[in-house]
Amino acid sequence: MWERLRYRLRYVSGTDVALWIVAALLLVMITVGSYNSLTSGRYTGKQWFDFIISGLAQGSIYALIALGYTMVYGILFMINFAHGEVFMSGPFTAYFLAEVLEQRGLFETNPWLALGLVMLLSMAVSTVVAVSLERIAYRPLRGAPRLVPLITAIGASFFLQYTFRGLYTPGFKAYPEVQPLKGTWTLFGLEIQRMLIAVFVSSLLLLLLLYAFVQFTKVGRAIRAVAEDQQAAALMGVDVDRTISITFAVGGAAAGAAGVFYALMFRQVNFFMGFFPGLKAFTAAVLGGIGNLPGAMLGGLFLGVFESLGPSLFLEGLGVPAAYQLKDAIAFTMLVLFLIFRPTGILGERLAKRA
Amino acid sequence: MSHYFEIRDLHVHYGAIHALKGISLYVEEGEIVTLIGANGAGKTTTLRAISGLVRPTSGEIRFEGEDLLRYRPHEIVALKRIIHVPEGRRVFARMTVEENLYMGAFTRTDKDGIEEDLERVYALFPRLKERRRQLAGTLSGGEQQMLAIGRGLMGRPRLLIMDEPSMGLAPILVESIFDTIQEINRQGTTVLLVEQNAHMALSIAHRGYVLRTGEIVLHGTAEELRNNEMVQKTYLGMA
Repeated sequence: MWERLRYRLRYVSGTDVALWIVAALLLVMITVGSYNSLTSGRYTGKQWFDFIISGLAQGSIYALIALGYTMVYGILFMINFAHGEVFMSGPFTAYFLAEVLEQRGLFETNPWLALGLVMLLSMAVSTVVAVSLERIAYRPLRGAPRLVPLITAIGASFFLQYTFRGLYTPGFKAYPEVQPLKGTWTLFGLEIQRMLIAVFVSSLLLLLLLYAFVQFTKVGRAIRAVAEDQQAAALMGVDVDRTISITFAVGGAAAGAAGVFYALMFRQVNFFMGFFPGLKAFTAAVLGGIGNLPGAMLGGLFLGVFESLGPSLFLEGLGVPAAYQLKDAIAFTMLVLFLIFRPTGILGERLAKRA
Repeated sequence: MSHYFEIRDLHVHYGAIHALKGISLYVEEGEIVTLIGANGAGKTTTLRAISGLVRPTSGEIRFEGEDLLRYRPHEIVALKRIIHVPEGRRVFARMTVEENLYMGAFTRTDKDGIEEDLERVYALFPRLKERRRQLAGTLSGGEQQMLAIGRGLMGRPRLLIMDEPSMGLAPILVESIFDTIQEINRQGTTVLLVEQNAHMALSIAHRGYVLRTGEIVLHGTAEELRNNEMVQKTYLGMA
């Protein structure tokens, strides 16, 4: 018994010990903080419930964006850091349609049609931006070392941000309100904001739809084949370039839809709106296990709920002032912790084999 | 005079390395032709050039008289039905056996024909039918080779090119794989077979070529090659 322990301890470095201490401290902090918050009675059960619901709605938006990161990573092994701008381009462009439709009164008379049109335009724009991005910025670098497309992605991200800033001016634009989504619904005796439920349910449906597309259609099969082995896929007669374009298109469409949900929830769009959701969705993709579709969905929801509950649950209980402002810190702390302790993510198991 | 399939004076360079130094060969419809040679002789490079994965520096690859060099890999499969069963099997490990087989029929649209061929492959390899819902990555090496061949057949090849189907398999499996190749050929598929196992390859082929450091050094019927002193010494391991 002692022999074995001593044997295993021989391989423990100072860094390991330091990391364990950090992990243990965090666990203690989370437990103590949660205990304090829950027993202090500062929030009612209904309020905790609201935190979870808004976390799920926010998380499903992350999940939709994360899908694009993870699919592109699965096929090209690169992080498309301009994906946040793909997300921004759709709803920002669609704002102008929304404005016209609102002036014509379509949001009053037929809000679903108006919303549908805005959604369609947003998805189309994001798709076109994603596909052009791959065609212009990434495809010529296909054979280059992995750092090269990464740097290009960051450049493309800035390029897109400032192009859209130039096109549509730098200020915030306010999305019109959708009447049927205002107010609350009562489900099982609980009042829930309609908007949150609508966003959550439609994102979930869209995620399932996209998952089914990848899993059960011929094109989806081609995407998975290219992700596993590009040459073998080409030998089956799969047009690899076209399949990669389709992958970017699917990710773009999902981001465009997520963008409209985001704009409806926060009522604002501007050229910088893609930056934080983009980073968060990237975090979600890593949490779930990058390259793994169900992982991205799970990671998104997990991150959404975690950062929505986190400030009130862990931090306020520890007496941290203005805990809500530390929401982003919680999200990115999670990213770092996952990269240290479980770099393959929640569902990932096969990354090491690929490297 | 033009052959069913023909390579003329093909050169391939990998950077400074001259991998193929002007090889020429042909295959007639209905034949099994084998390309034998040691490691690094250029066998795989030849096949990769045929399916468009490698761009030759010069030369011609013709199928029914038409030059293939202007096509991209997926077009060669889709338009010409030249199917390459790659070295090392390269099955899609995270897909099921059946999904792999459907990938083989990716460019086809004749639903009935695809189902027919699926049954034909299952008849040829009953093991694959037993395991059709299993992930291909969980199969044994022999089963993966069967899957790779079956996947190739799903494309209804007009020319089936196979790279080292015996690699890494137990002798008893090698024998059964080669029996299957012969059976496939009997059913009407033309085969170009690359092998290190010259003994097995020459036992089923009609004709053969011997490749050495990027050049064809010998060509003849399987019978002639089996009786050739140099082939016996170098590739068949006879004294």
